[in-house]
Amino acid sequence: MELRSHLSRVRGLGASHEGTHHFWVQRISGIALVPLVIWFVLSVSSVIGADLATFKAWVGTHYNPVLLILLIATMFHHAFLGLQVIIEDYVHGEAAKLTTLILVKFAVYLIGACAVFAVIRLTFGS
Amino acid sequence: MVEFTLPANSKVTEGKTFKASGGTNIKTFRIYRYDPDSGQNPRLDSYEVDLDKCGPMVLDALIKIKNEIDPTLAFRRSCREGVCGSCAFNIDGTNTLACTKSIDEIKGDVKVYPLPHMPVIKDLVPDLNVPYAQYRSIEPWLQADTQPPTGERLQSPEEREKLDGLWECILCFCCQTSCPSYWWNGDRYLGPAILLQAYRWIADSRDEATGKRLDSLDDPFRLFRCHTIMNCTNTCPKGLNPGKAIAEIKKALVQRR
Repeated sequence: MELRSHLSRVRGLGASHEGTHHFWVQRISGIALVPLVIWFVLSVSSVIGADLATFKAWVGTHYNPVLLILLIATMFHHAFLGLQVIIEDYVHGEAAKLTTLILVKFAVYLIGACAVFAVIRLTFGS
Repeated sequence: MVEFTLPANSKVTEGKTFKASGGTNIKTFRIYRYDPDSGQNPRLDSYEVDLDKCGPMVLDALIKIKNEIDPTLAFRRSCREGVCGSCAFNIDGTNTLACTKSIDEIKGDVKVYPLPHMPVIKDLVPDLNVPYAQYRSIEPWLQADTQPPTGERLQSPEEREKLDGLWECILCFCCQTSCPSYWWNGDRYLGPAILLQAYRWIADSRDEATGKRLDSLDDPFRLFRCHTIMNCTNTCPKGLNPGKAIAEIKKALVQRR
């Protein structure tokens, strides 16, 4: 039984003072993704259906590996921030929420790291 | 998890029908009825009202029903002119004030439900204790350390203008209860009505607690559950824009980083 007042429950543990950073980084990464995705779509369209050697050459050309890594890092970070909001919205219960957040964070950064590794390997690998 | 199914005893059943005795201009009002003490599910009662013998607004019809057809119907009302915020219901699928909603605007039957996703005390009366406590939590009064002058604390016309679109809020909670984010996280998210009120004090040139007010809002749940769904702005019966007020709070928080 809970006999706390409504005001006490509403005030709860107080403000966490970290919402603004999340909000701002989500916007900044969203803005950064606009040119990166446009570049990626335009550039990758030239090698659709190409063989591995041509694709490798495209990945390694000029600034392409740098932009690809930037795209992957920004995209996965942005994706995690978005997923975090969805989880906080819909998964209630502290234990379930925390577990889901940690698992999703690990999964997103693991896939992101694999993608970055693939770019490095395509650029420098034999 | 978010609730995808209704809790026990909340499926709405078909209720009684109260036929009109004569009259040619008949409109049917389908009204949500619920009495938690009865242990029964809520029901939709139908009331046929002769519009030739009724005022033009939905509230006129509700008062006529309570006075002449069924005195057991419970609802809140007071000013009947859109300034007290008591008669906020979900009418024809939209949260609005019964006293300013014309019956003419509604095609077919007039469906009247209580404000969505709040505990129901009886019929159209929701429990608003949580939003009232949330309102109290933003300290909605002027806070200033500077000693007050002998007269009023002055504002320039430009400073006063910044409160337009904010002071008109009557706390009817139409916006608050239209917000899906408030439905899912109403225990921690302050909701559009409270955030508009919070901004009303942040925007007030006479207030000296802006930083403290922003501190208490800088929280992923209290403020940042707003995902600019904009149901609040669409539904506000006073034509206000809580969505913009929330965006202004977010802007101020980003600005002071």
